[in-house]
Amino acid sequence: MMSATVTGKPEEPIVATKNYLTEEGITLRSWLLTRDHKRIAILYTLSLTFFFFVGGAAATLIRLNLVTPSGIFTPDIYNRLFTLHGIVMVWFFLIPSIPNTMGNFLIPLMIGAKDLAFPRLNLLSWYLYVGAGLLALFAIVIGGVDTGWTFYTPFSSLYSNGYVVLALAAVFAVGFSSILTGLNFIVTTHRMRAPGMTWYRLPVFVWSNYATSIIMVLATPVLAITLLLVAVERLLRVGIFDPALGGDPLLFQHLFWFYSHPAVYIMILPGFGVISEIVPCFARKPLFGYKFVVWSSIAISVIGFFVWAHHMFVAGISLYAGLVFSLLSYVIAVPSAIKVFNWTATLHKGWISFDAPMLYALGFIGLFTIGGLTGLFVANLAFDVHVTDSYFVVAHFHYIMVGGMVSAYFGGLHYWWPKVTGRLYPEWWARIAALLIFFGFNLTFFPQFILGYLGMERRYYAYPPEFQAWNIFSSAGASVLAVGYALPFFYLGWSLFRGKRAGANPWAATGLEWQTPSPPPTHNFDRTPTVTRPPYQYRPEPEPQDV
Amino acid sequence: MGSLQLLPPTASSHAADMDWLFAALLGVSAFILLLVFGLMILFCVRYRKGSRVERGNRLGRTWRVEVAWTGLTFAAFLVLYFWGAELYVRIHSPPAEATDIYVVGKQWMWKIEHPGGQREIDALHVPVGKPVRLVLTSQDVIHDFAIPAFRIRQDAVPGRYETLWFTPTEVGEYRLFCAEFCGTLHARMGGTVVVMEPSDFQRWLDSQDPGPSLAQEGEALFRSYGCSGCHGGTSTVHAPKLEGLFGRPVPLEGGRSVIADDRYIRTSILMPKAEIAAGYPPVMPSFAGQIGEDDLLKLVAYIKSLADRTAANSQAESMERPAQ
Repeated sequence: MMSATVTGKPEEPIVATKNYLTEEGITLRSWLLTRDHKRIAILYTLSLTFFFFVGGAAATLIRLNLVTPSGIFTPDIYNRLFTLHGIVMVWFFLIPSIPNTMGNFLIPLMIGAKDLAFPRLNLLSWYLYVGAGLLALFAIVIGGVDTGWTFYTPFSSLYSNGYVVLALAAVFAVGFSSILTGLNFIVTTHRMRAPGMTWYRLPVFVWSNYATSIIMVLATPVLAITLLLVAVERLLRVGIFDPALGGDPLLFQHLFWFYSHPAVYIMILPGFGVISEIVPCFARKPLFGYKFVVWSSIAISVIGFFVWAHHMFVAGISLYAGLVFSLLSYVIAVPSAIKVFNWTATLHKGWISFDAPMLYALGFIGLFTIGGLTGLFVANLAFDVHVTDSYFVVAHFHYIMVGGMVSAYFGGLHYWWPKVTGRLYPEWWARIAALLIFFGFNLTFFPQFILGYLGMERRYYAYPPEFQAWNIFSSAGASVLAVGYALPFFYLGWSLFRGKRAGANPWAATGLEWQTPSPPPTHNFDRTPTVTRPPYQYRPEPEPQDV
Repeated sequence: MGSLQLLPPTASSHAADMDWLFAALLGVSAFILLLVFGLMILFCVRYRKGSRVERGNRLGRTWRVEVAWTGLTFAAFLVLYFWGAELYVRIHSPPAEATDIYVVGKQWMWKIEHPGGQREIDALHVPVGKPVRLVLTSQDVIHDFAIPAFRIRQDAVPGRYETLWFTPTEVGEYRLFCAEFCGTLHARMGGTVVVMEPSDFQRWLDSQDPGPSLAQEGEALFRSYGCSGCHGGTSTVHAPKLEGLFGRPVPLEGGRSVIADDRYIRTSILMPKAEIAAGYPPVMPSFAGQIGEDDLLKLVAYIKSLADRTAANSQAESMERPAQ
């Protein structure tokens, strides 16, 4: 253990010597067999960070390849690279990111519980996740997969020459991890709230993880069945999806998107939760329209099940189905818009400070708004006919899933870092990283909207020369973005040893998690708290000149 | 390095409509974006910590505000929805006089067949100003036929016929892509659409070695696969007559009826028990696995060519010709 650095400040808080990091011991065994939700959250964070850098490395190579129209890699290597990028980022980073790290750590703390309802199940879920991730990487190492993360049949079931079944098995297994986590969160939220923690006193973060868990539990089994069917067709040549064997190729797409569209909300809803915690805290104001924000999460998780076929407007669904699914897609855009309006209104008449978590949150709102608005473009029946499967769609979902979701992840990481580690990070570096990510992201992905409208299709290792200029912008942006994403790795790592001690509540925030020491003791609270007030009862800090 | 292009060429009847829709979507988005970003920046500057502005009289009850902006947002969305839906329906409603061109996707090429029997690979020649209906299918995996200058695309799905139409409006050459990932050389599965003056197009057609037309080839196949044994004019088997069938409604067993289009003919050949014409015993064997997509297209083209004939003159015709 490092000795505390001398800062000379008398108010340096005294660290509780007993906390979840030290109480169970620091042996590898104590970590690998832990049942403490906070330690499991740390395990998730470490493994997620690993997969984030694997997926990010693939993304960097993809952008490198696209600097020239003829490409650098062979077609097969490129196809395997984007498949690796997609599978790792979607299933081993985006979907588990916020629920399994922050959700695991914070839900019990936020509702005043000692742990999750099923601690052993929680640990099993992590083992499934890691095992599945290693299986996916194994499939890559021994040769790779070239189906894309969507595994469209009959290509994946009969034509692909990659290690498809191994990859399917990996995704199948990680799906169970997701289901177990969802179950755990639902039961915990229902059964383990502290006295006085009524549903309308729950922080939005808990609500949004609750809504996410509903999707995880209901939709993931459909994915599991679908992947199993692909494996059956591939291994046993039973006609399910290939018309040559009597199957239906569109059946796969219906089943796949029935999971994978709601999965987009698995990725983004927890992000909404994080932003709804950060914005009130740094605006020193209650969240505007708390109940509307809460119910819009629930609405999204329900309507999210009814829009899957908007991925299939040019796939050969009937005209009537197209009309219905497009309308439903416009309906689901409304609750998302409500949230953006509410966050903006929360800023009104606040006392806003721009610490790093707030910069990430504002970046999130900006990028998510652009991603959401371009969602209106691709949900539009006729417009979709021109741009679907093009870079317009690539840009759109990266704005939501990377611009939005990853910004929220980084925002939450910075916001709760002091709680998790007991240390503060260097604020200046954190702000620089937030700005780099915002600008790098826009430079990378905005040109892709234009490329898509011009007609550059996705998953191309080579493209017509007239598209090169915008691709160069995009690749240049990607290198800025890569620096932005790598920076926190260094300064957060540094802060673990040299960062200032944080104290229980460095942001003067109101949630229950801030009323226990940082890092929290193993059982979270010395005495079970009683809740008497709604969340976000922020008061303005006294103005310096008023003192 | 190419220049910074902003819009693709505009070369079909749909392209201008699509650009207007794009402009409308951009307009609504820009308005919302400016509103949200403008307010965010305004609030962030005005209400930053330490600024000495009036913060009294905060909005207490929020539901009126929430209902107002939810309602307005939804209304704006509905306008965009109807706009796009109307154009989508138009893109999928070809005019009656459209020429059918058959497109078969295959790893990794586009095989195109004109009604006169002319074939091309990775190229599509069309006359300017004449509506064209594409009938798409695939021989292996799912492909997607995309022509950005025409603002159209459609998946070519194995085992199905999908259709799409356009009227080219500008003479020139445009790019054609495969947009659905289909394997190793997906990125190279493209080609050129050549839009020509009608006279040039006619000259091009004549210069191609046409061979027999699709319908003529289909007629030969119709006999060699034994279809004529039951569906032919002189047959004694109680099978539906195919003359005058195409494009008309067919009553089915169970009371439903379907239009006899490409899809129906194809399904009836491969899965004769799926949609049984009312009043006929379901005795036809399935030809699934015996007829390739190419031959199916020809059979459909032949049956289509019978659309304007009646059973009577067809019978007369087959009496004149010696049976083969």
